[in-house]
Amino acid sequence: MSEAATSTARAAGETVIVAKGLTRRFGAVTAVDHLDLRVQRAEVYGFLGPNGCGKSTTIRMLCGLLTASEGTVSVLGHALPAEAEAVKRRIGYMTQRFSLYEDLSVSENLQFLAAVHGIDGRAAKLRIDELFAQYHLGELRTQLAGTLSGGQRQRLALAAAVMHKPELLLLDEPTSAVDPQSRRDFWESLFKLADAGTTLLVSTHYMDEAERCHRLAILDRGRLVADGAPGELMARLPGMTLRVDSDNPQRLQLALARQPHVLGVAQIGASLRVLTDRKEDGVDWLRAALEKVGVEARVEPTQANLEDVFVAVTRGRSKD
Amino acid sequence: MDRRRLQAVFRKELRQLSRDRLTFAMIIGIPILQLLLFGFAINLDIRNLPAAVLDESGTWRSRELVAELASSQVLDFRHRASSPQQIDSLLRDGEIGAAVVIPADFEKRLERGNQPAWQLMVDGSDQSVQAAARQLASFPLSSLQYRPGTETPRPVEIVNFYNPERRAQVNTVPGLIGVILAMTMTIFTGMAIVRERERGNMEMLIATPLSPAELTLGKVLPYVGIGLIQVTLILLLGLLVFTVPVRGSLLDVYLASLVYIAATLVLGIFISTLARTQFQAMQMAFFLFLPQILLSGFMFPYDGMPRLAQWIAEIFPLTHFLRLIRGIMLRAAGLGELWFELLSLLAFVAIILAIAIRRLRKSLD
Repeated sequence: MSEAATSTARAAGETVIVAKGLTRRFGAVTAVDHLDLRVQRAEVYGFLGPNGCGKSTTIRMLCGLLTASEGTVSVLGHALPAEAEAVKRRIGYMTQRFSLYEDLSVSENLQFLAAVHGIDGRAAKLRIDELFAQYHLGELRTQLAGTLSGGQRQRLALAAAVMHKPELLLLDEPTSAVDPQSRRDFWESLFKLADAGTTLLVSTHYMDEAERCHRLAILDRGRLVADGAPGELMARLPGMTLRVDSDNPQRLQLALARQPHVLGVAQIGASLRVLTDRKEDGVDWLRAALEKVGVEARVEPTQANLEDVFVAVTRGRSKD
Repeated sequence: MDRRRLQAVFRKELRQLSRDRLTFAMIIGIPILQLLLFGFAINLDIRNLPAAVLDESGTWRSRELVAELASSQVLDFRHRASSPQQIDSLLRDGEIGAAVVIPADFEKRLERGNQPAWQLMVDGSDQSVQAAARQLASFPLSSLQYRPGTETPRPVEIVNFYNPERRAQVNTVPGLIGVILAMTMTIFTGMAIVRERERGNMEMLIATPLSPAELTLGKVLPYVGIGLIQVTLILLLGLLVFTVPVRGSLLDVYLASLVYIAATLVLGIFISTLARTQFQAMQMAFFLFLPQILLSGFMFPYDGMPRLAQWIAEIFPLTHFLRLIRGIMLRAAGLGELWFELLSLLAFVAIILAIAIRRLRKSLD
């Protein structure tokens, strides 16, 4: 599929995943709480949230690995869990932990997965050679998977997950054990797959990764607290981000921490980034507030980023 | 169940096994070590039991009795006691295992014949010593025939079929096939399956078309071959080192072993559905192994056990396999004659497999 075609597919809104009221309980703990989700074909959809927010559990339910306690899911037009077997032929799943066989070589691992997916003989050899080239694994083919570096393992795991050219690829924190360069390369590979028409659902706790997604959902303690395109989310920020400079940043930080309406303070170099839940009058309000406590500072509005959105939507919840 | 997927798992498992040197060493090492240990150490025929003698009669007849007892080689008279108290303390110290006490009126007792003429005291805390003493008591001793011409009736003559030399190894080696398979097969398969879960491989595989049944069966199949290799190894060593014969058909030996291997493997599969870690799997395998080795008739005779223990023993595959393998190897019995034991094993396989498959399906979540 060409890029133009895939954008039309995205625009046409061919829905790949539909979840309604998806809930999963483990005993008394509700890991996923009434989640509604729509993912379009050929988009890179991100799950952003801290550890334990229900990302992995949701992904497992979407793979048919776990059954939902409540709610309905349909993946690629198949209702889960009834049609889990049909779904398994059309999806790829890359686990959080490296889950290939460490005592088998790179090519033995891929041969095994090809056979599991019913690809054999010449077709298997061709596909494996293709994957070797695509993910730069050719030179590593005889090396045992257990001796690969983090980045190499990631490439092998991705190659294994797309062995059967799945229409939907689910990745659970794929880059948690990888250096920055490998992470960039890895995301390049993901976009190539999306351009070829694959739908990707990626969970992450890295803001820069989340920002690269076409659309994303922010999860907090099992609930979906915001979703949309990263730009949209930033524009919709229920508050304002301010840059505050002062000669005495420590005193400033102390003063800010006591203020109502301040959702978060982060030091960036010599200045502070302040997130408030005041909308238009943020600058004036903060200037007045600081003046009242006698702290001298320069306050300027600044560009909001995804982290601000994340803090705003999750903080808002913890206060109610 | 797809044949190609099954084959893929089978091939993968063989590859991994060939790289796992420790497991490989255990597959060969455990049978050899166990066979030599059990073969040389278990010897139920007591010889040279340390003993003492207290001869209060001091006649030529009593001396003749002592000489005759000594010549049986069961007792080794190391001490000559002068009082019953000394015998007591020697027994208590563990210095001796038995003592012969000949009373002062030994000859008179012999003459009258209404009282035991002499006494054999044994250390009852050791079962094998007790057994040896009982044997000795029924020994025909010529020195006890008092009146010439009147023959004392000989005690019951025991004719030992199938193991005339009464060598313990002849009984132990066939049983060891069962014990070694029960130990290695169940542990190896239980651990092999749990390993996939513990290392996270299962998580990836569940999202593929590979079914849990295919994965389990494919992983277990190589162990059937390994089990047969172990059987061959034990038979060969038994023959070469202990000259234990195979009197029945070799085909029957292998057929019985094959069914028994299936029983040990399904037990391993069953364990794998319960255990979360390889360590737990190993513990459970041992938990199931101990009662089998104790109750199956390998260590203690089945007929001597209380009724309840016998009922429990009937559940264990090792009990039935012991009867099968001893029957075939020592009595040259055919599988046709031993059909009940074979059927019991097959029933065990069917029932445990059914339970394991049900649990495999459930363990998805």
